[in-house]
Amino acid sequence: MLQQLSLLNPTEPWTVADLTRYIKEKFETDYRLQDVTVTGELSNVSRPRSGHMYFTLKDAQASLRGVMWRGQVARLTYQPQNGDRILVHGNISVYEASGQYQIYADDINLAGTGDLFQQFEALKRALEEEGLFDPIHKKVLPHWPRCLALVTSPTGAALQDMLNVIKRRWPLLEVVVVPTTVQGTAAPPQIVAALEAADRLSPDAILLARGGGSLEDLWAFNDEHVARAIFETNAPVIAGVGHETDFTIADFVADLRAPTPSAAAEIATPDQREQRQVVDDLLLSFARQLGDYLRGLRWELAEQQAILWGLSPRAQLATAQQQIANLKLRAALGILNRLRLQREHLRGLTQTLAGLGSTTTLARGYAIVSRAGTNEIIRSSSAVKNEESLDVRVADGQFGVKVTERTKKS
Amino acid sequence: MSDTPSVDQLTFEQAMAELEELVARLEEGELPLDESLALFERGRSLSQRCNDLLDAAEFKVKQLGPGSDELEDFDLDE
Repeated sequence: MLQQLSLLNPTEPWTVADLTRYIKEKFETDYRLQDVTVTGELSNVSRPRSGHMYFTLKDAQASLRGVMWRGQVARLTYQPQNGDRILVHGNISVYEASGQYQIYADDINLAGTGDLFQQFEALKRALEEEGLFDPIHKKVLPHWPRCLALVTSPTGAALQDMLNVIKRRWPLLEVVVVPTTVQGTAAPPQIVAALEAADRLSPDAILLARGGGSLEDLWAFNDEHVARAIFETNAPVIAGVGHETDFTIADFVADLRAPTPSAAAEIATPDQREQRQVVDDLLLSFARQLGDYLRGLRWELAEQQAILWGLSPRAQLATAQQQIANLKLRAALGILNRLRLQREHLRGLTQTLAGLGSTTTLARGYAIVSRAGTNEIIRSSSAVKNEESLDVRVADGQFGVKVTERTKKS
Repeated sequence: MSDTPSVDQLTFEQAMAELEELVARLEEGELPLDESLALFERGRSLSQRCNDLLDAAEFKVKQLGPGSDELEDFDLDE
């Protein structure tokens, strides 16, 4: 190794690099400097495009340069801000190019976070055991709020965000801003007073809101008095504190927790676009109902009309007329039939009569005998005397005869 | 319906509640025709009232005065 060569010859001057490496090795072989936690105030934070983070940690007497590589920066849960009191864990070594010793950080946390976290957990547990978070105490938001109280900073962006949301969604609301400080040691008693004042207005809901900030910024919302004041209100409280990832005691006690102030305003308000749609749909289903109803009535009407027609005298008249027509037809047919029968009978009689006529009888060889010179037809043997002249008519003429003998059939 | 207040006097939630009730009554059926038609007319006025209220709504914000229960106007600067 180069440095060892130099060491072998103390009269030779060291190169800067050799000396720097020598010093670096001194740091790196000191186990205490390889696992060290330093506390101080963060300053000169810079994050160039490389993604690594450079900073200076200082206190009243001294300062220490620091670097955190990109991979570890990405894992930080804490957003480093100049002025924060922080705890840095890492190892001390030397950056040879500038001859600078510095801390190579692998973890950074806000100083005191541990304490705050413990306080938070202890209070949360105590209040939970007391039942302040119990779902049975959660009040229900009214479906149609008319008055909302906003307990928040009058100057914060959170207030503007909420007002914009409310105006857009449900401008029918009466909104009362109950101003309070939301940060610092003065905040908890002010928030308590504001919650009480807001509750005296009997609003439909109280929105307790604050924009995002550091854990310390939101600390007022982890105050026990604030928690109890939230629990005591008659109106339901919606907490919208910080960002989605921030959870405060206020969130647990509140009747509803919203991830942000804007979200709290959304939860508290109906959406007028949706409601207009609901109204329209209701009226539409109303009209449809009525339409069905009217159609039903028309059907019923048609049915009744049909029955009525069946009962009307006109219908009876039509039936009677039909019967008359039938009878007429039958009568006509009967007469025709009778005529035909009589005609046939007549023809029979005529024929019979024709059979009885003398001409045909004479033609068959019969003769008609009458007293001579008269038309007196002789029908009996006793009607004539012997020697009496008689006329005999046959088919083709007549001749005279004399009676010679008479015999009477016995 | 004997005790029907004028539609113009109703708040949004009152109008809405009545509208829902009317629809329910009509759905039950069994109402005479003239009453059904009257209900529908009423429903139409109610829905109009709901929309009118939203159209005409003027967003008002008040502020609780410091240390008092007095309400003051809150300036909406947008």
